Amino acid sequence: MAVDSGAAGPQRLEGTGGELIQLLTPEGERVEHPDYPLDISTEEIKALFRDLVLVRRIDTEAIALQRQGELGIWASLLGQEAAQVGSGRALGPKDMAFPTYREHGVAWCRGLDPAKLLELFRGVSHGGWDPNEHNFHLYTIVIGSQTLHATGYAMGIQRDGAVGEDGEAVIVYFGDGATSQGDVNESFIWASVFNAPVVFFCQNNQWAISEPLERQSRIPLYQRARGFGFPGLRVDGNDVLACLAVTRKAMQAAREGQGPTLIEAFTYRMGAHTTTDDPTRYRLAAELESWKLKDPLERVRAYLVRTGAADADFFAAVDAEAGELGTRVRKSCLTMPDPQPLTIFENVYSEPNAQVAYERDRFAAYLDSFDSEEVGA
Amino acid sequence: MAELTYRQAIAAALAQEMARDERVVLLGEDVASGGVFKTTTGLRERFGPDRVWNTPISEQAIAGAAMGAAMAGLRPVAEIMFSDFYATCWDQVANEIPKVRYMTGGQLSMPLVLRGANGSGGLGFGSQHGQSVENWAMCVPGIKIASPATPAEAFGLLAAAIRDNDPVIVFEHKALYSRKEQCPDDEHVIPLGRAAVVRPGRDCTLVALSITVGICLAAADELATHGIEAEVIDLRTLVPLDAAAVLASVARTSRLVVVEENPGQLGWGASIAAIAAQEAFYDLTAPVIRISGGNVPLPVAASLEAEVDVSVPRVVAGVRALLGQLRQSTG
Repeated sequence: MAVDSGAAGPQRLEGTGGELIQLLTPEGERVEHPDYPLDISTEEIKALFRDLVLVRRIDTEAIALQRQGELGIWASLLGQEAAQVGSGRALGPKDMAFPTYREHGVAWCRGLDPAKLLELFRGVSHGGWDPNEHNFHLYTIVIGSQTLHATGYAMGIQRDGAVGEDGEAVIVYFGDGATSQGDVNESFIWASVFNAPVVFFCQNNQWAISEPLERQSRIPLYQRARGFGFPGLRVDGNDVLACLAVTRKAMQAAREGQGPTLIEAFTYRMGAHTTTDDPTRYRLAAELESWKLKDPLERVRAYLVRTGAADADFFAAVDAEAGELGTRVRKSCLTMPDPQPLTIFENVYSEPNAQVAYERDRFAAYLDSFDSEEVGA
Repeated sequence: MAELTYRQAIAAALAQEMARDERVVLLGEDVASGGVFKTTTGLRERFGPDRVWNTPISEQAIAGAAMGAAMAGLRPVAEIMFSDFYATCWDQVANEIPKVRYMTGGQLSMPLVLRGANGSGGLGFGSQHGQSVENWAMCVPGIKIASPATPAEAFGLLAAAIRDNDPVIVFEHKALYSRKEQCPDDEHVIPLGRAAVVRPGRDCTLVALSITVGICLAAADELATHGIEAEVIDLRTLVPLDAAAVLASVARTSRLVVVEENPGQLGWGASIAAIAAQEAFYDLTAPVIRISGGNVPLPVAASLEAEVDVSVPRVVAGVRALLGQLRQSTG
């Protein structure tokens, strides 16, 4: 494939050899990679396993809530837990993350209460969290738009001189489908020519709703970075350790002023695109079965069991915690109040606006008319 | 007082605000070399590459990155060279930027300005570079819209836009760029949302914006020779809209003519007319008249463009018909 010609990115071309970077095999065997040494303790791996289990539990609970009519829709992350937890745990507190609507695992890593996510999918708010508090922007639902916000944010950081070893960097999440968007390609160009401290984290889950990857790109997605002049690499997106290692390295490079990296996390959407979708209409069951053998949780479990790092009590405790989390998430969803009607008119502008005030006042009078009727009756 | 052209006033306002607040940055195509309309002359030299960012030709990225930079704490001013090109970045302008405050429940502000050349004015820019597109933005709650009619207004409204904590689109009229006027030397800011009565009159209210302000003033001069005293209101901004100024004028004159450069279908003048119909019905002694650009793509040939654009004779004829001096109407 003619991808190694032409002017390459300035210096960094690691990971462009075409291999899938992996540090933990689907069988749970720890392997080393020369470019991505990972110094990680058993306790840290156990903590990652806990993250994976809890995040999957949030997802399972949300799907159930949607099926029971408690959520309007849900975008499942099933199968993508490692990509999200691995990259999410690679971030420092000052780093900024721009998610899509499927980044429940990253949200978890950024310390966001899962109930906040459910607010959005229940339709009582647009998210409602403070992006600055968690350094985690609202879910962006228009495909690919956030890549430009991330690039602009990164340029802002750069302009403020927040670079260096203790600097800040930005990570932006998007899927394989988004790589066909103009926004994403423009963000690659801008990040490249401005050398912006941003990491493009593409979860290639193989399907853009019903459109398979081979109908979206004639080359592997990570190789596109080369054409824009910065490094691209492909990591096993179901390998939490590899995702952690490559993201850490790419974020550090960005912080130190070395510019952007494209990470293609090669993974699989094991569930539907959203709860409105039925993937059995367009893909083969055998494909799903083959990916189940690469499950992101099971390989960590296998590793922990085989190395004796965790015993049955550990797994039972994690399961119990997941059960409690599920209960808490469910309760918070069922007790979420509907927003007050007059909040419709809040935060359209930063200051009072005559047109909005006019409509609010009329609506308030209309609402009050019910009270007067009741009083009069 | 210094005499400035409209384009110099833009540059002066940018310089004033960039000197006042180091978080103000300018980005866009060719802005570092002064811009294709020479509205950013000297800024790169004065404020340096950290403050003035020349960008690739990607309007979507200009708007989207401006939003990201605003989230990072800057106050970006992004130039969209021709306002027709808002169509190439509409997702960012309509779906993203104006929704940030609302969707975050007020936790994030979006203090950014999008600005650039707008309008026809008989310059022959044709269907894709000569449109007046304030209406596009007016369909999207969350965006403020300023459309200055004079150099002093361009200065003051742009300065106010940059200081505003909401996204503001400033539509600069490209046919006014060479217009000259005395502008204040001191810090100059015109609050958004305050229309100006630029000519008083008792017989009829002409509501105008940007280039149609000058057209209406010229028409009012001519109408005076026919014994008609027209009051001219310069709206200055469409959002916030100073409807109170329009209604107060209609209460004085009892007749309303709205003059807009863009195609009439769903033009901003329709909003003014609707407000008058609701709020000033009993003040009116005649139907509300709208005079607008034609409902066709803008022709490029000067002879045809002149027919489509709003003109002084069309305004004069419309007002005289309204007051019963002519039998024909206009539309």
